[in-house]
Amino acid sequence: MRKSQLHHLTAPLIDNNPVTLQMLGICSALAVTTALDTALIMSLALLTVLATASTLISLIRAHLPSSIRLVVQITIIASLVIVTDQMLRAYAFEISQRLSVFVGLIVTNCIVLGRAESFAMHNPVWPSFLDGVGNGLGYGLILMIVATIRELLGSGALFGVTVLPLTANGGWFEPLGFMLLAPSAFFIIGLLIWGILTRRPAQVEANEFPIVSRALAEKS
Amino acid sequence: MIEILLKSVFQENLALTFFLGICTFLAVSKRVETALVLGLAMIVVQSLTVPINYLIFQGLLVEGAWAWAGMPEVDLTYLKLISFIGVIAATVQILELTLDRYAPVLHQSLGIFLPLITVNCAILGGSLFMVERRYDLPESVVYGIGSGIGWALAIVAFAAIRERLRYADVPEGLRGLGLAFIVTGLMSMGFSAFVGVTLP
Amino acid sequence: MSRNSPLALWRRFLALPNDSRTKTLGVAFLVSLVAAIAVSTTSVALKPRQEAQVQAAREANLAEMVATLPGLAEVMRETGAESLETVVVALETGQIDPTIDAATYDFLNAQSDPTLSQPLAAFEDTAKIGQRPNFAPVYILRGTQGLALVVLPVYGTGYQSTIRAYLALHGDLTTIAALSIYEQGETPGLGTRITDPSWQALWSGKQATDDAGEVTITVVRGTANTATEVDGITGATRSTTGVTNLVQFWLGDLGYGTFLAALKAEEF
Repeated sequence: MRKSQLHHLTAPLIDNNPVTLQMLGICSALAVTTALDTALIMSLALLTVLATASTLISLIRAHLPSSIRLVVQITIIASLVIVTDQMLRAYAFEISQRLSVFVGLIVTNCIVLGRAESFAMHNPVWPSFLDGVGNGLGYGLILMIVATIRELLGSGALFGVTVLPLTANGGWFEPLGFMLLAPSAFFIIGLLIWGILTRRPAQVEANEFPIVSRALAEKS
Repeated sequence: MIEILLKSVFQENLALTFFLGICTFLAVSKRVETALVLGLAMIVVQSLTVPINYLIFQGLLVEGAWAWAGMPEVDLTYLKLISFIGVIAATVQILELTLDRYAPVLHQSLGIFLPLITVNCAILGGSLFMVERRYDLPESVVYGIGSGIGWALAIVAFAAIRERLRYADVPEGLRGLGLAFIVTGLMSMGFSAFVGVTLP
Repeated sequence: MSRNSPLALWRRFLALPNDSRTKTLGVAFLVSLVAAIAVSTTSVALKPRQEAQVQAAREANLAEMVATLPGLAEVMRETGAESLETVVVALETGQIDPTIDAATYDFLNAQSDPTLSQPLAAFEDTAKIGQRPNFAPVYILRGTQGLALVVLPVYGTGYQSTIRAYLALHGDLTTIAALSIYEQGETPGLGTRITDPSWQALWSGKQATDDAGEVTITVVRGTANTATEVDGITGATRSTTGVTNLVQFWLGDLGYGTFLAALKAEEF
């Protein structure tokens, strides 16, 4: 792969991460991150749908009339999601039970439609595929980080395997129940963004109303 | 009915309890005026799509729906995702055309936000919840209106807070999106206080 | 290649300007067709496998629950029973119906079939199931000293999905041996915690009824104080309320209540 094409795969990991920078795909990122195994399955499901959808849309982009563009994209994405959901229910029943309504919500997951509209519609097939995989990985990365923190601090386990023995089971760790509630995911992502932006100052948003020192203000 | 209405606005707020429609929630909440207009559009779309999706689900997709055509065992519920999205996309398109014809000024101010509603997870989520909880037609109408109002309430309140935060001295890394996430988390904690409330 | 061969027609179609009416309709039709075929084929092909999975989950759950109950293995050895005896009970009268073949009775189908179930009025439908099947399968294990275990399939609406479980009662028909939830679609990470083995274990040994004989077993918020209360789960109040409602419904007169009363009176 040429360097420029590899860029599609690696950029969405930090520099152009769908969740922390592009503000896409957040809804599902919150509910499924209480445990690592659900987060992993969700990420894999999204990656599959995203990569396939981007590839297919890129394939037909030359012949897609603009008036039905959005509906056709949504149809393709919805069909892929239904197929994925059916496969999960046939081959990984327990996990599909735990993901319940959220697999269906991949259809309106802004990442899939967002990347289809902004990238796959204007780029050839192979870069679109890479872009899909890259964004899927970026989304998965954030999900796994948040899930690690939430599962570790909320249940003392990782992937269901106890790491910090709970006081309820005779250990020493008193779990932070708050981590199992949804708002905690927001705080964690907010702090993650803070961390990323401190390392990558280029992504910082401009200050619309900078505070001027009083001495300066009084002078003028 | 009142219970469903109040529950969908406060205790089961789509934006702050279930975190649906967050992408648009974060993106369109920089000013109160735009948030208000988007909220109103959401209420209209949600109130229309939930009952229509109920009719389509019960009339065409459930097992036994095709009994009148001599095919009672046909079960098309696996098509619900696609048909719901289709209805939502069509409703948004029709709303856009209607506004363009009868209220062009309003249509102008909405701009790009109207098509954005098509991909708002809150709208699809509302319909999916209606199916899971087995609401009937009147309940679907009430739920549609209530959940729309709940989402609109959340985004307008959020926009108001963000407008004030513009003047705050925030660390560089947190400015904008980072702070928005934390504020949403706090708002959601606030709304979770409604959970124990029951009507007399 | 003739002008009207399929390939030539296809090429002509592709060459049309994107916004022409023919092309728009054509693309829309083709995409819909391909999508429909893909979705339908997958669903139809996978349906038997999915149903097998649900069935397997149900049976595994039943077997697992029975295997973990203390003393049960012993009773089964004593009586030489290989498994639980399945009977079909008429819920209205509480009598066993010997004419219905227990091995093939489809409980799931009866739950949504209006000819095999009875509609419930809103005030009596505490488990929000809409209609109650006329017949239900019950699994019984008799020991040398009488009834050892009765397993009741129960279901009801949780927060956002139907919760299905097996409720096992000891021979006295008041002490709960176990609750095993095998199907639900609640909120991932919150409501789905009703399937945690550690929470389900809390049900063992609880009393279904209080001293006056009223069905009062409830999931409370916080910690339980009496033998008819079960600890709650933070963040899953409404899912656990759904569990309380369905357990109370099925232990009541509209559920297995009449049958349990008949069993107690040793009518069989």
